[in-house]
Amino acid sequence: MTTVLESLNRGLHQAFSQDPRVYLIGEDLLDPYGGTFKVSKGLSSQYPDRVWTSPVSEAALAGVGAGMALRGLKPVVEIMFGDFSALIADLLINSISKFRSMYNGQVEVPLVIRTPMGGRRGYGPTHSQTLEKIYLGVPGLRTLVANTLADPGDLLCKAILEDPGPVFFIENKLLYLNPVLAYQALQDFEIELSTPAESYAPTHTLRINGAPPAALTLAAYGYMAELAREAMLRLAFEHEIFCELVVPCQLSPLAPQGALDTALANSLQHTQRLLSIEEGTYTLGWGAEVLARAAPALPGQLKAARRLAAADKPIPASVPLEEGVLPGTHEIVEAARSMV
Amino acid sequence: MPAMRDAAGLYRQLCRIRRFEETVLDAFPTGVFYGTTHTYLGQEANAVGVLAHLAEGDLVFSNHRCHGHFIAYGGDLRALFAELMGKATGVCGGLGGSQHLHWKNFYSNGVLGSTAPVAVGAALAEKAKGSQALTVIFLGDGALGEGVVYESFNLASLWKAPILFVLEDNHIAQTTPTELALAGSISARLTAFGIPCRELDSSDVQELSAAAGEEFGALRQAGGPRALVLHTQRFGPHSKGDDTRDQKALDKIRAERDPLTIHGGRLASKQRASLEAEVRAEVAAAFKQAQADPLPAQ
Repeated sequence: MTTVLESLNRGLHQAFSQDPRVYLIGEDLLDPYGGTFKVSKGLSSQYPDRVWTSPVSEAALAGVGAGMALRGLKPVVEIMFGDFSALIADLLINSISKFRSMYNGQVEVPLVIRTPMGGRRGYGPTHSQTLEKIYLGVPGLRTLVANTLADPGDLLCKAILEDPGPVFFIENKLLYLNPVLAYQALQDFEIELSTPAESYAPTHTLRINGAPPAALTLAAYGYMAELAREAMLRLAFEHEIFCELVVPCQLSPLAPQGALDTALANSLQHTQRLLSIEEGTYTLGWGAEVLARAAPALPGQLKAARRLAAADKPIPASVPLEEGVLPGTHEIVEAARSMV
Repeated sequence: MPAMRDAAGLYRQLCRIRRFEETVLDAFPTGVFYGTTHTYLGQEANAVGVLAHLAEGDLVFSNHRCHGHFIAYGGDLRALFAELMGKATGVCGGLGGSQHLHWKNFYSNGVLGSTAPVAVGAALAEKAKGSQALTVIFLGDGALGEGVVYESFNLASLWKAPILFVLEDNHIAQTTPTELALAGSISARLTAFGIPCRELDSSDVQELSAAAGEEFGALRQAGGPRALVLHTQRFGPHSKGDDTRDQKALDKIRAERDPLTIHGGRLASKQRASLEAEVRAEVAAAFKQAQADPLPAQ
């Protein structure tokens, strides 16, 4: 069994060993610590010249990474908590994502910025957020999110070595210790893989093995896809409601009729009901985009559409209060039951 | 560009920037340009003096007031006019406009201060690759209000980036005088990070060039970072027609601090007149060509 954490660490090691242009910069990276969530463990020992532990200067790190990428290196910048992505927002929005276009395609920015998002660890309002939705509408930036179905280390390694960039790579804190799932180990599920033309990041569709036709399509990414899978089993075994689950790795850009649109359209053709599930806040979230993209695929036929997301509130530190703000398996089951 | 270091070469470059910017300001009301512009009038000697010492492969990062830096770097006048006109033949095919230029190793961005970490990263990349290239970044006094600049000074010093920070203090940020925006001293902000800092208050291109030459020499020999603080004077508005300064004070600045007057006096009057005529013709031709150039296909 490999955990998501081990897989990501292996992906980084693989990228370092395959290409001497790969560098890692961020805070507290040096062994034996190896980064706050240990994703960078072992790298500073093996590649001391290419791992630069830094002061607490997120904006400058993003900028330095951009400059290195402009000049032919393949830097990876680790931002300790996704919440601190707010500190690099200017660099992301006005430099990193713009260079290629505003310099008329004369440059590439093969930069990967990695950061963990998500709550449920009692870290409170400024260390628990799911903020990627802020960046999903920024042109020129690819946002990828790890999950347990598409090997996260493989995805990260490809983002570093093969993507002309820039890539904003989202990890979920709670996902780190979950096992990467081999398809054959998922005995309850049948998995369809749509390999999109525009991306190396796959979109998966899960169905319960041998189940009757699904009545509802779920869409979720990252750690919420784990909860959605649990909810699917409960809905099937406890309520005889059968669902399909669409799990994208790439949140942006979304090509028209790309992998996500296609997977949703294929599923909705027979379910005609869509529930989007995310850990970010409800208003103007990823789910709003998913529903808006799905609706034209089924003119006049969409029978039910709903979004499940975090409440539009800061995330409390106290775990029982936090549970009241973030959607869990129970909320997914109840939302699904209300739609069928 | 060693040829540009002789007296006539330096004067030619000063004149090219001056004439380009005058043409831009004169022609703006006719609607030939899109967007806005930030002219380098009065500061020409900084770009010309500093960039006279670039070696092949060196990098330049610039800001919103980038035309002078671009021209001193060797950028093409027609392509720059065309970029301001949104033409296909522009430096960036009309995608960048006045503030967002990239050609060879020249990069500019209009978000103040954001260029500092990018330039430091580029300098570190050149060092990591083992190239001998140096990086020069022009920052204005206005950019010193941005926090990321200090993060960048710290990283540059900590990681020994081969970079020359050129701080152009023109005493005014848009309409705000420096004394309303900047506490303490500029050079102390650099030396606090262990960055050796040389300060000049001059519009004499030869004096600036000599100082910059020494800084480049030290940087190539001993590594970096280093800094040049250049107290200078902006003759024109921040962009167009938004100068709130007193006309008398402006007249005095122009009378005392014009780089073309200061350096032009060193040339024989005949040579000076013929250089000026050549530049006028060159700029006029570039402007005309750019006007005839096509807009990009949509």
